[in-house]
Amino acid sequence: MTTIEVNDLYIAYGEKIAVGGISFQANSGEVLTILGPNGAGKTSTVESIEGYRRPSRGSITVLGLDPYKDLPKLTQFIGVMLQDGGIYPRMTPLQALHLFHGYYKNSHDIDYLIELTNLRDALKTPYRRLSGGEKQRLSLALAIIGKPKVVFLDEPTAGIDPEGRLAVREVIRNLKSQDVCVLLTTHELDEAQRLSDRIIILDHGKIAAEGDLDELMTATRGENIRFSASSGIDLSALEAEIGAKVTEERAGEYLIVTQATPDNIVKLTSFLANRNIFVGDIRAGKSSLEDVFFALTGKVVEQEAQNGPSTGRRGRRHR
Amino acid sequence: MKPYLAQSRTEIRLALSQGESLLVTIGIPVIVLIGLSLTKALPLPSTAKSATNFLVPGTMTLAIMATGMVSTSIATGVERSYGVLKRLGTTPLGRPALLAAKITSILVVEMIQLAVLAIIGILLGWHPVGNWGLFVVSAILATAGFSGIGLFMAGTMKSEVIIGAANGIYLVLLFIGGMIMPLSSLPGALETFARLLPAAALSEALYHSIGIGGGIPLWAWLNLILWAIGAPLLAARTFRWTQ
Repeated sequence: MTTIEVNDLYIAYGEKIAVGGISFQANSGEVLTILGPNGAGKTSTVESIEGYRRPSRGSITVLGLDPYKDLPKLTQFIGVMLQDGGIYPRMTPLQALHLFHGYYKNSHDIDYLIELTNLRDALKTPYRRLSGGEKQRLSLALAIIGKPKVVFLDEPTAGIDPEGRLAVREVIRNLKSQDVCVLLTTHELDEAQRLSDRIIILDHGKIAAEGDLDELMTATRGENIRFSASSGIDLSALEAEIGAKVTEERAGEYLIVTQATPDNIVKLTSFLANRNIFVGDIRAGKSSLEDVFFALTGKVVEQEAQNGPSTGRRGRRHR
Repeated sequence: MKPYLAQSRTEIRLALSQGESLLVTIGIPVIVLIGLSLTKALPLPSTAKSATNFLVPGTMTLAIMATGMVSTSIATGVERSYGVLKRLGTTPLGRPALLAAKITSILVVEMIQLAVLAIIGILLGWHPVGNWGLFVVSAILATAGFSGIGLFMAGTMKSEVIIGAANGIYLVLLFIGGMIMPLSSLPGALETFARLLPAAALSEALYHSIGIGGGIPLWAWLNLILWAIGAPLLAARTFRWTQ
């Protein structure tokens, strides 16, 4: 049976259309990731599936139930990790775990969750004094405490520490092996690439692309050549030589948008040889998810505009 | 039942572990009771046989108002702004059990407050006169009214606004709620206004039920009943679970 079924989902806030008629499915044992720039409709979509809001049009079923109308029946079977905590600020992780343990008919052992999310050292610290990573790890533990069949993780790796990142991966692996359906939203392409079985790229409330990684990458025919060398190479001269667009993505990191034919490689290397430019490396082949994302949405991965000027399309990703 | 019990334990523990909240719910009522009983700094109603006969029911009114309105509005407002209520929305707890747990916590805290004030009152020479049945009924009606006001505030205002507003109302009603000085000592128009508010009705009801005895006046009954129905209804209609 399909675990999540979304049909022609349409969400409007007054005049503003957040999600404009999307359909997709997710199955048990599958990790489906919704990727998209800010304002693409990710959170609206996920919150509708979680039962928080009623769609303006279209239908959603989760485990065969309507999440908005039948939420009380669904809550035993779903686990939610919100973007912003949602824990009592004065409560310690240990108290929160005990509280949530009491909500579910069938809960994980608290010690098991503490080990899994490595919260041992933070157990007695009030939530508001936890580090960002500890908050995320607690929130993750609470999302799975009721042994859910469907888990929603909204930006689980946002602002997380390295051990949290490992915990997220470990948890998702466990969930998959227990046939749980995981719906993940993220703006971190590395995580999406590493964790997902299938990816939906959402842009302006519409599905821009959907498929597994291979399908997405073939879909954009993203063949290219990357090389590293000293910075400040004459780009227009190289473009003229190869007949394709060349960009310096970062100081000393170049991208040529063209097929990596032997002929093109020769043109590149002879260009470099003529100018006595030493090469760090040359890579040829398929585009990364990042290239796909850029090609589809025209947006760089880094989405948090409030972090100041963009550091470039391969810039550091952080929140 | 299990989610309700887990939630009730949490609500009670949170209510009893916060300093500012305990100051308002227990500290100030106790200080007022002891201070005014000993100093007799404020006028007493002519019907009062002793200071404690007036001040024990008066500070009990203050205590019920503090828990029902001040603590409930501030705590629930914080929970809303921190997304706690939103997060609870997708757990099996459910809204009815959450509400039931909040009511349980309010009643437990009130029992502690009232016991503390009664014991201190007796140590100060208070002899209860009247009818504990009427006391319980009016206290429950007033709790419903005050909690309705508290949840109305929590559901509609920002948490910073709530803290100021709730403490402000607490202070004003302390003086015009017939708790520490008789309503009849207020200027005419203010007295009429005060009698429309639940604080004055409760202090009047408690004064008659355990202070001097005799029946509770009709205006106080009507007031308590109307607030007990109206305020929770208003809260239920306006409450927003998310910020």
